[in-house]
Amino acid sequence: MSDLTTELGDGYDHPNEAVKDAIEEHVPPPPHTDPLDHPGEHWSDLQFIYLAIFLAAITAAEVAASYIDLGPVFIPLLIVLMLIKFFCVVLFFMHLHFDNRWFSILFYMGMVLAVGVYVVTMFTFQFFVK
Amino acid sequence: MADTAIHADATHDDHGEHGAHHTSTGLSNNKLAMWLFLGSECLLFGGLISTYMLYRGRHSENLGPDQVWDIPFTSASSFVLLMSSLTMVLAVTAANRKDDRNTNLWLVMTALLGSLFVAGQMYEFTTFYREGLGFTTSLFSSSFYTLTGFHGVHVSVGVIILLATVGMNIKNRIHGNKAEVVEIVGLYWHFVDIVWILIFTLVYLIPA
Repeated sequence: MSDLTTELGDGYDHPNEAVKDAIEEHVPPPPHTDPLDHPGEHWSDLQFIYLAIFLAAITAAEVAASYIDLGPVFIPLLIVLMLIKFFCVVLFFMHLHFDNRWFSILFYMGMVLAVGVYVVTMFTFQFFVK
Repeated sequence: MADTAIHADATHDDHGEHGAHHTSTGLSNNKLAMWLFLGSECLLFGGLISTYMLYRGRHSENLGPDQVWDIPFTSASSFVLLMSSLTMVLAVTAANRKDDRNTNLWLVMTALLGSLFVAGQMYEFTTFYREGLGFTTSLFSSSFYTLTGFHGVHVSVGVIILLATVGMNIKNRIHGNKAEVVEIVGLYWHFVDIVWILIFTLVYLIPA
């Protein structure tokens, strides 16, 4: 260890200090893409509360729509409101909007596969035929 | 030789002090696994929802969805689960701030709201059963109980995970990145919520 101290130069009382300085100088920081280290990209608690109020309002609108006769608009409207709620939770509550795209790829891969497979299955059973 | 020792020391320090495990992708393997699991869960619930959609018209005249559904009650349950997603996300932000007290508080709140939802579902099932809608009464009832029952089991498992996380956090038994552990639990919980968003609209609100 005394050889190492000599090699790294004077000014070190203990070999460990020389080793630590060498680490800081020569070892590059590891790749790190965790968004938890970037708080600026995240929402505040208040923003999440606003989003929850918005989602509750959409739920209330859905329930209200089920008591009103909206004719042919009713089902498409419910589907649109449902999708808005779904993607708000996935993108913001689950942080997929802020997170690495590989997480999105993994999740949407499963979701698209599921929707594709089961829509085809329902076509096979003539679900969409009146 | 000295260089190797320096690298070995650096690696040990990273794992020991911060508990961070740097992977070749730069992504957390635990989080990656959870997203992969949630992607596969889409297939499970997709199958159950589409089965219900196919069989929802197969029931006797007086025991169909229009006769048994209690929309105001189910809407209140949906609201409870939606609010549990808010408390979960507040737990995650508190964990990011390393605020253990609020993390535990919001996790317990989430578990309570989840338990309230499960209690509501048990009440709903009991009411339907008393009205004559058993599991084997019709294809509609079988597919309905299977779908909502599977979802209820997921919520119950989520409540257990939440309480276990609180217990481990209090006893300081979470090794590594605590915020990430809470976030991963949160991902599971939010997934349970989005499945209910689909069930509430497709099963309860859209008429058969």
